[in-house]
Amino acid sequence: MNGETIATRRSALRLGGVGLLSAGAVAVLGGCHTAMAAPQKTMAAGQSVNSGDVDILNVALGLEHEAIEAYQIGAESGLLQKPVLDVAVLFQGHHKGHRDALMSTIKMLGGVAVMPKMRDDYVKALNVAAIKSQMDILKLAQKLERGAANAYIGVIPSFKDTALAQVSARLAADETMHWTALTQALGEALPTGALTFGA
Amino acid sequence: MRDEMRSSAIGISLLLAFGVWGAASATPHHLQFTDHAPSAMPPGDAARGADVYEGSCGGCHSLDANRIGPAHRGVVGRKAGTAPDFSYSPALRVSGVEWTPTNLDKWLTDPQGFVKGARMGFRLADAQRRADVIAYLAAEGGKKANSE
Repeated sequence: MNGETIATRRSALRLGGVGLLSAGAVAVLGGCHTAMAAPQKTMAAGQSVNSGDVDILNVALGLEHEAIEAYQIGAESGLLQKPVLDVAVLFQGHHKGHRDALMSTIKMLGGVAVMPKMRDDYVKALNVAAIKSQMDILKLAQKLERGAANAYIGVIPSFKDTALAQVSARLAADETMHWTALTQALGEALPTGALTFGA
Repeated sequence: MRDEMRSSAIGISLLLAFGVWGAASATPHHLQFTDHAPSAMPPGDAARGADVYEGSCGGCHSLDANRIGPAHRGVVGRKAGTAPDFSYSPALRVSGVEWTPTNLDKWLTDPQGFVKGARMGFRLADAQRRADVIAYLAAEGGKKANSE
């Protein structure tokens, strides 16, 4: 994931204290939120949660915040028509699920989750002023989903916790699903070659 | 794996060539970046790099806007941690790294390995794709911002 990131920080990371093992984190990212309330394992004193992993999760969270807002801007634009609007809302829901899981995991690991930016920041950063049609929105979403899929694949080798690496692959799969649907909605051909993503 | 082995071999060669890296060098202690990535880059192609940039960097970066990561126009030759209005990790801000093509190659190979404490974890594994995207960034650096 591409990006020296965002405002908030890992200053509150608990390093060296009692932290939660990845089993709990993966349970949260897998949708089992009860793991937050009743973590199954704790680290022994002296072990530490890897701050680099938390940083990567926070970069991912920033990406999810942006995706949620992008779909929101699209949905509110009046340019999306059914059934495209419904699909956009569905995809936004997936990104909200990613966001919630990432936030829970970051907190569980002792980090501080980054917060979304202001709407105006996203409007400017995504050049929303240039969007004039449903096609423009789909193209933007397609571009963001492709970047997100590759970002999640690209961080896999950096995770010290291999369970988080697996979760990253699952997130990439969701983004790839979105990209594929958007590509077909745009009437574009799917790649002819294999191994398109993550090169 | 093969790339990692090659990187390690080249890294070891560099160590042997230049002595014990960091020992009695002029590198200040607080500059936590590591010289272990390949130094020989293939020639880059900016046109190919444009697609690599959109597909692999575009999830978090744009040329002219700070997003999840900082804006990239003009990054080649820039000092790390100095893009206007972007909040960097302390590690990158004080790294002392200049974004030469070689350092960008090392960064994209393993950012958290290159600058300890960096937030970016994304790795671009393929050396040719790294060279292409660096060529693209260099080419775009001299152009005006795209205001569409």
